[in-house]
Amino acid sequence: MTTLVNPTPINPVEPFLRSDRMPHIWCPGCGIGTTVNCFAQALIESKIDLKTLALVSGIGCTGRVAGYVKLDSFHTTHGRAIPFATGLKLANPKLNVVVYSGDGDLSAIGCNHLIHAARRNIDLKVICVNNLIYAMTGGQTAPTTPGHAITSTSPYGTFEPAFNLPHLVEAAGAVYVARWTTYHVRQLARSIGEAFKKKGFSFIEVISPCPTLYQRRNKLGDGLDTMKYYKEKSKTKHGAPTSEIGLTMQGEIIVGKFVDRDRPDYSALLKAQMHESLGERYVDYDEEQGYVCADGGCAEDSCH
Amino acid sequence: MKADPRGVLTGTHFMDGDHACCEGALAAGARFAAGYPITPSTEVVERFAARVPVVGGSFIQMEDELAASIALQGAVWGGAKSFTVTSGPGFSLMMEHIGYAAMTETPCVFVDVQRGGPSTGLPTLPAQGDMMQARWGSHGDYEIIALCPNSPQECFDLTVKAFNFAEEFRVPVMFMMDEVVGHMTEKVVIPPADQIEVVPRKHTRKTVEEYLPYATNGDMVPEMAHAGEGYKFHVTGLTHDERGYPNMTPQTQQKLVTRLQNKIRSAADRIAMFEEEATENADVIVVSYGITSRVAQRAIDMARERGLKVGKLRLIMAWPFPETKIRELAGRTKAFVVPELNLGQMVREVERAAAGRAKTILVPHAGGSVHHPEEILAAIQEAVR
Amino acid sequence: MPLTELRIAGFGGQGVILSAIVLGKAASIHQGEFATMTQNFGPEARGGACSAQLVLSDKPVLYPYVTRPDVLVVMSQEAYSKFAPELKDGGTLLVERDLVRVTDLPAHPRVYSVPATRLAEELGKRMVLNIVMVGFFTAITQLLEPEAVRKAVADSVPASFRDLNLKAFDKGYEYGKTALAAGPEAADLEHQAVLSQEAQ
Repeated sequence: MTTLVNPTPINPVEPFLRSDRMPHIWCPGCGIGTTVNCFAQALIESKIDLKTLALVSGIGCTGRVAGYVKLDSFHTTHGRAIPFATGLKLANPKLNVVVYSGDGDLSAIGCNHLIHAARRNIDLKVICVNNLIYAMTGGQTAPTTPGHAITSTSPYGTFEPAFNLPHLVEAAGAVYVARWTTYHVRQLARSIGEAFKKKGFSFIEVISPCPTLYQRRNKLGDGLDTMKYYKEKSKTKHGAPTSEIGLTMQGEIIVGKFVDRDRPDYSALLKAQMHESLGERYVDYDEEQGYVCADGGCAEDSCH
Repeated sequence: MKADPRGVLTGTHFMDGDHACCEGALAAGARFAAGYPITPSTEVVERFAARVPVVGGSFIQMEDELAASIALQGAVWGGAKSFTVTSGPGFSLMMEHIGYAAMTETPCVFVDVQRGGPSTGLPTLPAQGDMMQARWGSHGDYEIIALCPNSPQECFDLTVKAFNFAEEFRVPVMFMMDEVVGHMTEKVVIPPADQIEVVPRKHTRKTVEEYLPYATNGDMVPEMAHAGEGYKFHVTGLTHDERGYPNMTPQTQQKLVTRLQNKIRSAADRIAMFEEEATENADVIVVSYGITSRVAQRAIDMARERGLKVGKLRLIMAWPFPETKIRELAGRTKAFVVPELNLGQMVREVERAAAGRAKTILVPHAGGSVHHPEEILAAIQEAVR
Repeated sequence: MPLTELRIAGFGGQGVILSAIVLGKAASIHQGEFATMTQNFGPEARGGACSAQLVLSDKPVLYPYVTRPDVLVVMSQEAYSKFAPELKDGGTLLVERDLVRVTDLPAHPRVYSVPATRLAEELGKRMVLNIVMVGFFTAITQLLEPEAVRKAVADSVPASFRDLNLKAFDKGYEYGKTALAAGPEAADLEHQAVLSQEAQ
């Protein structure tokens, strides 16, 4: 019989979570909680000031992340986390804004915003948990569902070609693009940390199991079986051409950091253009203050 | 507090309603707008895009109206005063985010320069067909405030008011212009900044430990915090409790949604804005709003020349609807005549509030132009017969 | 002044809208009257026929549209054909002499014409023809104080073009004073008669 050295062990990521909201809604074997763990680990390692961090989610299982993190967090409407985050970041540029949402939210209903935010190079860190399916609504086909997979709206198998998300966002202009699975916890945490150091649109895809709807319906076992699949079929290829890393059902998963480049972000471009056209008449975009209304600040004496 | 002089273009201008609306937003303190071009509203954001960089703010043209109507809300939670501008088809796309603003109590302004509909309709021609949509367009129960200017001068004055109401009640305010008012050019006087009253954000003064994002303090409007201040608050479109946490029970739903309605409804009489004239002994009262109120005034003048006792009630605030006022007037007039550039929207409210105590006569017009004063005159004459 | 409806029309690029803005400003800002201007919008308003409408009055303007203009100013044949029929009986018709042939007049207006484009070219810039027309309008109609209109011209154009535009205004105004003294143009009505004979 072992003796507990520490009778009340504290999970190191607990300070990042709203423990008063536990238990969470995610199913056993779901990978979203793992990604949140990695995210918290990245926050610890990057020593980022949590006060400056805001997290924006859309709708779906991953969309619920906003509700569990102890940060300024916004659970927005379906597909619109990115445009909300765009307004938030532009109005208040000192914020580090993370968009945390699922594949359906970001690449189906919100795909228009995904590519335009990448094109504009808005300084957002997008974490896209890709479980290959619509989970919250009961397992329908997503733009990421691989060919032949059975879903509740493709009962005879999916036949539409799927999006290759890293390829899409690279083409649209993202400065940082990586993909990991929920098996690659350390690599994922490191990647998130790297994204925080980038100025511009960063996109990290995390392949994650949905045992309840994707794996079960396709007779692929449970969460553990999926981990085994990720372990066996993943191949790390940093810098792999994103055009060659599309996913297939139970096929090889190319993971790694594919894009890490620099180009001026939206606010840099904005300022440069305004200075060029307006000269001294331009009231400079204050990276500290942004456009926070003069009357909007809290009383210094009573606030934190 | 007084307006920030940097945003106030004090002086006497000859300006159209769209431009005056933009100046009103700048005077009210708006420093961020997200928009998507659509006739006949685009001049508002075109002017904003030109003006705001020298005032200290920015405009972003988003990829669609869904994006515009939520980007502006992100900006509000970042701390800015913010708005968007659209017309019918875009207004339809924005409905989900009007609901989101109502649910999350995000103070903001949606400007709708109304054109003929449904669908693409009449892009360059007027209508007042979005009045019910402004009130009921998003799903679920909520209340908003809607204002209806009838001149470029009011496009300025009432835009300032729209932002003020948004801040006071933490509610999306609908600014219901129409193509004629938006595109007509008249004298607009913009007063000095120290004569423009601006309502500041209802920012909390509580400590991080004390602060509950959706707790109320008697007046039904919670205090707000901005991202980045350390409050670590949560905002969701789900039914939520005082902590802002999702709480999907009938009890929480009842409490929250009732409050969202009552914070406006209970203030309806206090904030009502209308122009009332010669209603005391009137046999007929013409109820109108926006551009139609000006055409109606001509008809009223013509009717009075013919010896008829006609009163006027111009709705400056369409929502919440001035029920109390209509109820009172219904007790002492024979009929209401309601001209609108639609086939019968606000007239339903008049009829409901009148509750059979006075006749209600609609003067419909499908849009594309304004009424002929003679059409309204004929309805007045019919009403007194 | 009593309620006066005015339409200015021409083709895109002639500065039709600006001329209406100048007159509206003069009336409402510099002369204490009321003015409401509307214009045609949309693809149909680009190029081709372009028109601005102005309602002037000593009382607030209610109905914003022009139905039967008291004064019609036309600077293109297309605009003339489109809008001449709506001119009020006995109204005033002002035309750009070299660009508009007055034919088939439905009402019985007082007609005055001015070679505004040529006068503008004499000043070195064809683009100020609209302000020449504004000056001509001011002299003929006597609806607005010339000083009020001059002020409106001055604050409606870029500073670098102010003097040129004021000269254009004066040129049109002087031309108009002479034309007004000479009376409505019988010559044009004869011209019209000649044209209609030619047509037979």
